[in-house]
Amino acid sequence: MADSTELLVNGDELITMGKFIGAGLACTGMGGAAIGVGLVVGNFLSGALRNPSASAGQTATMFIGIAFAEALGIFSFLVALLLMFM
Amino acid sequence: MAGSAESKFNIHPMDQFVIKPLFGDQSLVWYTYTNQAFWMTLCFLAVVFFFVFGTRHKSIVPGRFQASVEMIYSFVHSMVVDIAGREGLKYFPFIFSLFLLILAGNVLGLLPYSFTFTSHIAVTGFLALLVFISVTLLGFFKNGFKFLSLFWISSAPIALRPILLLIEVISYFVRPVSHSIRLAGNMMAGHAVIKVFAGFAGAMGLGAIAPIIAIMAVYGLEMLVVVIQAYVFTILTCVYLNDALHPGH
Repeated sequence: MADSTELLVNGDELITMGKFIGAGLACTGMGGAAIGVGLVVGNFLSGALRNPSASAGQTATMFIGIAFAEALGIFSFLVALLLMFM
Repeated sequence: MAGSAESKFNIHPMDQFVIKPLFGDQSLVWYTYTNQAFWMTLCFLAVVFFFVFGTRHKSIVPGRFQASVEMIYSFVHSMVVDIAGREGLKYFPFIFSLFLLILAGNVLGLLPYSFTFTSHIAVTGFLALLVFISVTLLGFFKNGFKFLSLFWISSAPIALRPILLLIEVISYFVRPVSHSIRLAGNMMAGHAVIKVFAGFAGAMGLGAIAPIIAIMAVYGLEMLVVVIQAYVFTILTCVYLNDALHPGH
């Protein structure tokens, strides 16, 4: 048990270390977003291959679904960027 | 990563989003002409030039330029009619201007050395708040207190309705938050990724061909994302407008 109570790293470096670890953890959110986008597009494809003439009218809905699912991945990427560089 | 003595990266991808005055180094007050104001002016002039110059002949059988102008107009027109119905066409000028502002801002941000003003939460937050407040006021003026039937879902069992009321109210107020952050986050993330790869390319000497190919790939994705994000902002505005004009579950 050491007698002295000083840290081995100083406060600034500890904060930077915490920021980098947090940025790496925040990137795991993008995995869920990728799965969500894949679900939307996969379901659209399986429906479109069964009923091609009806699929042309629903491409707009597919793009809206992609944007919603992707937005949350972008939020987590934004958190990672803000932690890394600010 | 760039081999410097300090323990930080030498890459600064967030420097491209800093707002600075265009001429000289004065302090920023509300009337300073900044680089953001310059790019907004450029987008406005580009849109006005595109539409005025494109329709200057007003020919019945359109040439190439007029056909592209008409395509954009009919694209947004059919989007508004599909989603918000014929009554939504009264608000078509606002939705069209919103679409063109965001599209022009996003696309002009793709040029090198430019400034993407839609990547700032101040701009997109203001636009989303504008849409949210005007749609809510419109809902109350058009429908009176029947607008609140948006939150009271009459097709659900009676026991669930209070919980659904809470969920619906919360998700209604989260709308401007997600609306604004989606656009700002997409723009900021895309440009920051390009800058980070550019930093890698600067540090690698002859092996820089790999980050350069990665930049090309991300740039192509950015071109797609830019148009899709402008489209999604506008189509969500139409959906919120439809909720205000025809509330009802």
